[in-house]
Amino acid sequence: MENNHLPNYLEYRGKYKGLLGWLTTTDHKRIGLLYMYSMLTFFATGAVLGILMRLELIAPGKQLMEAQTYNALFTLHGLSMIFLFVIPGVAAVFGNFILPIIIGAKDVAFPRVNLLSWYLYIIGAIIVLTSQFMGDGPPDTGWTFYAPYSLKTQTNVVAAVLGAFVLGFSSILTGLNFITTMHRLRAPGMGWMRMPIFAWTLYATGWIQLLATPIVGITLLMIAAERLLGIGFFDPALGGDPILYQHLFWTYSHPAVYIMILPAMGVISEIIPTFSRKPIFGYTALIISSMAIAFVGYFVWGHHMFTSGMSTGSRWIFSFLSFIVALPSAVKVFNWTATLYKGSIRLQTPFWWAMGFIFVFMIGGFSGLVVGSLATDIHVHDTYFVVAHFHYIVFGGTGFAFFAAMHYWWPKIYGRVYNAKIANIGLGIFFTGFNIIYFPMFILGMQGMPRRYYDYLPQFENWNVVSTIGSWIMVTGLIIIITNLLRARKATGKIVDDPWDGPTLEWSIKSPPIVENFEEIPVVTTGPYEFK
Amino acid sequence: MYSGASNLVTTTDNVFFLIIGISVFFLIGISATIIWFIIRYNNKKHPVAEQIHGSLTLEIVWTVIPLILVLIMFFYGWAGYSPVRDAPKDALNIEATARMWSWSFKYPNGVQTDTLIIPLNKAVVLDLISIDVVHSLYIPAFRIKEDMVPGRTNKMWFIGQKTGTYELFCAEYCGLSHSYMFTEVKVLEQQEYDNWMAQRSDTAAQAVAMAVPGAAGRRLIEVNGCLACHSTDGSKLIGPTFKGVYGQTITISTDGQTRQITVDDAYITKSIYEPDVDIVEGYRKGQMQSYKNQLNDQQVQQIIEYLSTLK
Repeated sequence: MENNHLPNYLEYRGKYKGLLGWLTTTDHKRIGLLYMYSMLTFFATGAVLGILMRLELIAPGKQLMEAQTYNALFTLHGLSMIFLFVIPGVAAVFGNFILPIIIGAKDVAFPRVNLLSWYLYIIGAIIVLTSQFMGDGPPDTGWTFYAPYSLKTQTNVVAAVLGAFVLGFSSILTGLNFITTMHRLRAPGMGWMRMPIFAWTLYATGWIQLLATPIVGITLLMIAAERLLGIGFFDPALGGDPILYQHLFWTYSHPAVYIMILPAMGVISEIIPTFSRKPIFGYTALIISSMAIAFVGYFVWGHHMFTSGMSTGSRWIFSFLSFIVALPSAVKVFNWTATLYKGSIRLQTPFWWAMGFIFVFMIGGFSGLVVGSLATDIHVHDTYFVVAHFHYIVFGGTGFAFFAAMHYWWPKIYGRVYNAKIANIGLGIFFTGFNIIYFPMFILGMQGMPRRYYDYLPQFENWNVVSTIGSWIMVTGLIIIITNLLRARKATGKIVDDPWDGPTLEWSIKSPPIVENFEEIPVVTTGPYEFK
Repeated sequence: MYSGASNLVTTTDNVFFLIIGISVFFLIGISATIIWFIIRYNNKKHPVAEQIHGSLTLEIVWTVIPLILVLIMFFYGWAGYSPVRDAPKDALNIEATARMWSWSFKYPNGVQTDTLIIPLNKAVVLDLISIDVVHSLYIPAFRIKEDMVPGRTNKMWFIGQKTGTYELFCAEYCGLSHSYMFTEVKVLEQQEYDNWMAQRSDTAAQAVAMAVPGAAGRRLIEVNGCLACHSTDGSKLIGPTFKGVYGQTITISTDGQTRQITVDDAYITKSIYEPDVDIVEGYRKGQMQSYKNQLNDQQVQQIIEYLSTLK
């Protein structure tokens, strides 16, 4: 091959070698991997905390730790999983690695800003993690920092809040970068309506990151100002309003769920056509539904507050809009299913992950109808039902898609295939464990067990035991999955450019890609999913 | 399900069945379709895929049908819920107060309890008051929950339709002992309720107070939730135990300066009104609310009288 002399992004030596070369890189692919490994570290941390929480809950009464420790544990579990794993999530890792290639660009629009985003992410993460060891002990507010508890607790809330504030800037800059990249750097011939769905979902996500994140930034600063300077925004003792905090917090934090899930849906929309060997069904409908989710998703935050004492009018309006936002997700599921029709389906690992995603995402979505409806939400709000719903959507949705993306693009990233058999076994164990942990929580919630409980009444014990056993099964699956992938980077993997015969542009180039992806920028003449 | 414990159970459980029924139908339907496609269009059986791009008709069908279904679900959810907002005029009005981490209930005649006791088949309105952080009053058997937000008074109402004892939880995370912020609702026959109320009414309480030294203070301590954090048997909870505290010499810290004092009337009064000023060694600041607006001087005196009996 004549282009053998061009180094790929892993071999390339710029100004610096080794680790320093990685820490000063502006290559979107290397930045994507920086995100991936830092995120997997935080994910592992959060998972260990989750396992410890499940162990504590295996029986009523004290098992391993005191209540204060447990409260700090679920706070850090939430902070690290949400702010350090799922919010940047699929977008920061695979958006960075794949987006420029899939639209035929050499890099993102602002490569240096891209590196800055990663540094902000790491600085924010360090602040959040050091908040655990400084001041008067680890924060015990939950990841929601509800006022006025977060103003009264003696624990180290300000540092955690400032960490989340810095992380917000990372997210804003990434969103801005991706939007600009798609506006300015699409390959010649790639009109908007020829852009792959994954890029479209990143586009919708970018706008949410850009418009919603500043709100939580300001809100967190208000918490810090109230704690440090005694300005009464939220504490009624100082003339503030706790409900105002909840509104501001959810105005961001509900759209943040769509920041997490939209790129995940994008990944699934890439995988299904490749392994069905046919174009995605309803390309336009999938784009419209993504933009609709991003738009309507702004106006549903109040469904987190049905019991807060909001006016009757706000309650039914937020409930109504929450039901409307369910439609675009339903449309997506129907289109994915229809893509399989009359396909020529190849049962390979990424395809199984996509099917696993659809199943758990459906359970998450349907349980969302229960919490979107006023009469039923009043019963299950702030119970384990919500914990189950949330984990089915955020872990089942985003988490499954993250692993699906790893299995789909791993050969692109490292140019080698992993052991498919081990990967499938890992997925099977993970999927089983996942459902054994989280499904019983629906039942516990229906029975009335509130969330964030260190201890519980004896009638809740049976399902808690089942759930804890599920956590051991799931973590076994996770270990198999991750070690199998990591091993495939070097020793075991067979060298390939395109193991899947993928239709999109990233599969038209070498694996691992060369430094600026394309020797010659391709000219696009068709839609994204055309199979000969 | 369908226990009939309150007026909300049947309507709420109907909505649960409607939504879960539709959900299970679609979950099974879609999953079965996917599995059938995977088997039928496996590349071994079906080597060449048909290049279909989509169908406007289908997009319309699978937008409109779910739209109708979600509107139905929304409607029943709203219809089942809307009575929750309109309490009858003749309801029994009880003031429910939450604090970290206990409950108290105050009846129109001034009687205070730490358990909610209500008459059968009578509408009850709760005025929901929190004196510190956000709590949430949740009675699972009644299918009812509403937050207790400091600085405002939310309301909830219900009718207990079956006698019995039901659990009452705090559902909004409120710190250290959130999971122990638990009490009970007792639904009594009207006659039983009246008897109970007669025993607890003010004159009776005063008679008891006259008879046993410290009894009035003991009742104040129970209904104000002090026992959630202070034991009377010497065990260490979030705050120091009450046992033997009166007259004891203790080490306290004021603005970082430690000193030794003897617990007397003035110290106890100050600890109730300004709990964050003098902190007993080994305990944390910021755990307790001021009871300035809850307890008057006479009541504090009764509490001191009770504490001095705890040797």
